Amino acid sequence: MVSKHRLLPLTALLGAGVLALAACGGGSTGAAASGSDSGSSAGGSAAFPAKGSGELNLYNWTDYISPDLLKRFESETGIKVHLDTFESNEGLLAKLQAGGTGYDVIVPSDYMVQQMVQLGLLQEIDTDTFPNGKNIQPEFKDVYFDQGRKFTAPYMHGTTGIAVDEAKVGGKVTSWAEFFNPPAGASGNMGILNDSNEVVAAALRAVGAKPCSETPADYQKVQALLSGVKGKLKVISSDGQIDRMTSGETTLAMMWNGAFHRASVKNKGITWVYPSEGLPLWQDNFAVPKGARNVDNAKIFINWMLDPKNAAEATNFVGYANAVTGSDAYMDKDLAKDPAITPPADKAALAQPVPPCSQTALDLYDKVWTDFKS
Amino acid sequence: MTDPVTPLTPGTAQPPADDPADGLAASAAPGTARTRPGRASSSGARRVHRPAGQGARSSVLPGTLFLLALVGAPLVIVVAYSFMSRGMFGVGVAGPFSVDSYVRLLFDTQLDGSKIFDPRYIGVFWQSIWLAALTTVCCAVLAFPMAVWMATRSPRTRALLVFAVTIPFWTNTLVRTYAWVLILNDNGPVSGLLGTPIGLLYTPFATAVGLVYVSLPFMILPVYSSAEKFDFRLAEAAYDLGARRLTILRRVVYPAVRPGLVAGVVLVFIPSLGAFLQPQLLGGGKSLMIGNLIEQQFGASRNWPLGSAVAVALLVLTLLTLMGFALAGRRGGQKVSLM
Repeated sequence: MVSKHRLLPLTALLGAGVLALAACGGGSTGAAASGSDSGSSAGGSAAFPAKGSGELNLYNWTDYISPDLLKRFESETGIKVHLDTFESNEGLLAKLQAGGTGYDVIVPSDYMVQQMVQLGLLQEIDTDTFPNGKNIQPEFKDVYFDQGRKFTAPYMHGTTGIAVDEAKVGGKVTSWAEFFNPPAGASGNMGILNDSNEVVAAALRAVGAKPCSETPADYQKVQALLSGVKGKLKVISSDGQIDRMTSGETTLAMMWNGAFHRASVKNKGITWVYPSEGLPLWQDNFAVPKGARNVDNAKIFINWMLDPKNAAEATNFVGYANAVTGSDAYMDKDLAKDPAITPPADKAALAQPVPPCSQTALDLYDKVWTDFKS
Repeated sequence: MTDPVTPLTPGTAQPPADDPADGLAASAAPGTARTRPGRASSSGARRVHRPAGQGARSSVLPGTLFLLALVGAPLVIVVAYSFMSRGMFGVGVAGPFSVDSYVRLLFDTQLDGSKIFDPRYIGVFWQSIWLAALTTVCCAVLAFPMAVWMATRSPRTRALLVFAVTIPFWTNTLVRTYAWVLILNDNGPVSGLLGTPIGLLYTPFATAVGLVYVSLPFMILPVYSSAEKFDFRLAEAAYDLGARRLTILRRVVYPAVRPGLVAGVVLVFIPSLGAFLQPQLLGGGKSLMIGNLIEQQFGASRNWPLGSAVAVALLVLTLLTLMGFALAGRRGGQKVSLM
């Protein structure tokens, strides 16, 4: 048995180690893709590669593509897929910047695409010229982060809005302003995401400002709004949203639309709200990093994923909408007709992508968030 | 249990509490090692006698390299990052030396460039310290009677009880914490037993329950290891001499158990300072802890230097705590070494 006196230095070292881990845990997630050299790396503007062979190293979000779909891709094209996963855009960027990752296809979100293009980390692939490039829905062609889809192809998109059980809350909620000043019945049963970007942006909309505002006065209003709602919150968490909304532990919550859909399958009493001030539309995209060794295979994969049937199968697995024309026909019926996933015509314009905030705005976000949480 | 390094010379029956196993103490008295005829003759070949606690230099090389690579290097990186500026788009670090991150821990820069004191981050530290202290006190209050009771059982029962205390370590902390989510939530067994949900989950109470639950073994085991060495006949003697029960506990049992209690306090307080899981899962994320603050800076707020500075501040706080305990231990007459 360790002498009790010796526990002290041991603890000191442990403490130091834990700190070091906490600080360095931002990036890497283990094994990089295995080396592969069989795919040709012709690239350029040559004709679209007809057939593939060899390997493809895909770096995707955790649990974000159907394993069966990847198997079908392998059997149809003869390309072996190696899947590795990440958990945040920042982690993905940090890993790419470290270099030598060996990934052929990555899945950055909207704002991260813009930063990666500016940092010169992505290859031009001209998705428009792909055989299936014509399938990209027109409203997803000219996006702020990639005009004309030179670098990326759309994968999934979704929104962050409000889920409400009107019967239990005892009233309607139609806007972010009403979400942060809810009907009395919601008090103590509200849920909110544990995400400074989402919460502060929604609060900025509620006080009549724009997300990423750099006006300190806006943040004073946000701070007042957030401290007012804090006592009415049951939980600030991004995990377990579905369970809490299904069981009725929360009756009014800020939610992702895919999570709402899954909760609404079991709890018919809840409805999805498109807040009148607008809501963020996030988009995840396929891109090919510079230094990818199997560029042709990457293009074949991205083109294959733009096929309506394949895109629909991906949607059916993850529960978010894709941007491929004609995929509705293959989608699960309840997904296709859920207004949270497929927005009604009069609401579609409310969901718009939010460009990344400046460092100045992020610092203001951080301050009000720290106050809100502590 | 006897420490293998302790010289077991017949005739020098020392009380176990005065254990010279400490490396420093042993090396300061090299003479004790030469009075160990048993070892030398059993090893057969002639050997150079070394003072107890000192092996060949080369034999510590792997351990030293391990520590340097896995503790030293990351530590240097964290400290270096904390003195740098943000990288492009806030990911990573870059550029010139800067103490801005440390300034920001204490001061808020106004629009006109002036700095005013900002209690924001101090508040987060205070909250963490308070929660860690509460956990430590609860654990000590629960563990002390438990450990003393365990020590007074028969050796067979004792072994079984120690085993029982360590069983929770077989399961991951995250899983055990999630179990409390299921126990405390509105549809869980506690609400079921009471007949009506009383909203236990997502409260500071739930956070405290989770932290105390996870930390308790770290308090019971060291206290028990001290109590086990205590000769309970001393308590009987005190009783025979007319001391009241409380006096015996305070004047006879407590001093003997104190080293274990100090070790337990350190083992509970310091990990609780960095608690991250319980406030998030059980407390509903409604209070910000140091750990969450660090994560936030490396993630959404994209300020690695500030995150590193918070980590360094936590490290300094930890070291100060340890030094505080070392000093308190020294004043109390115990040898408590720090490194």
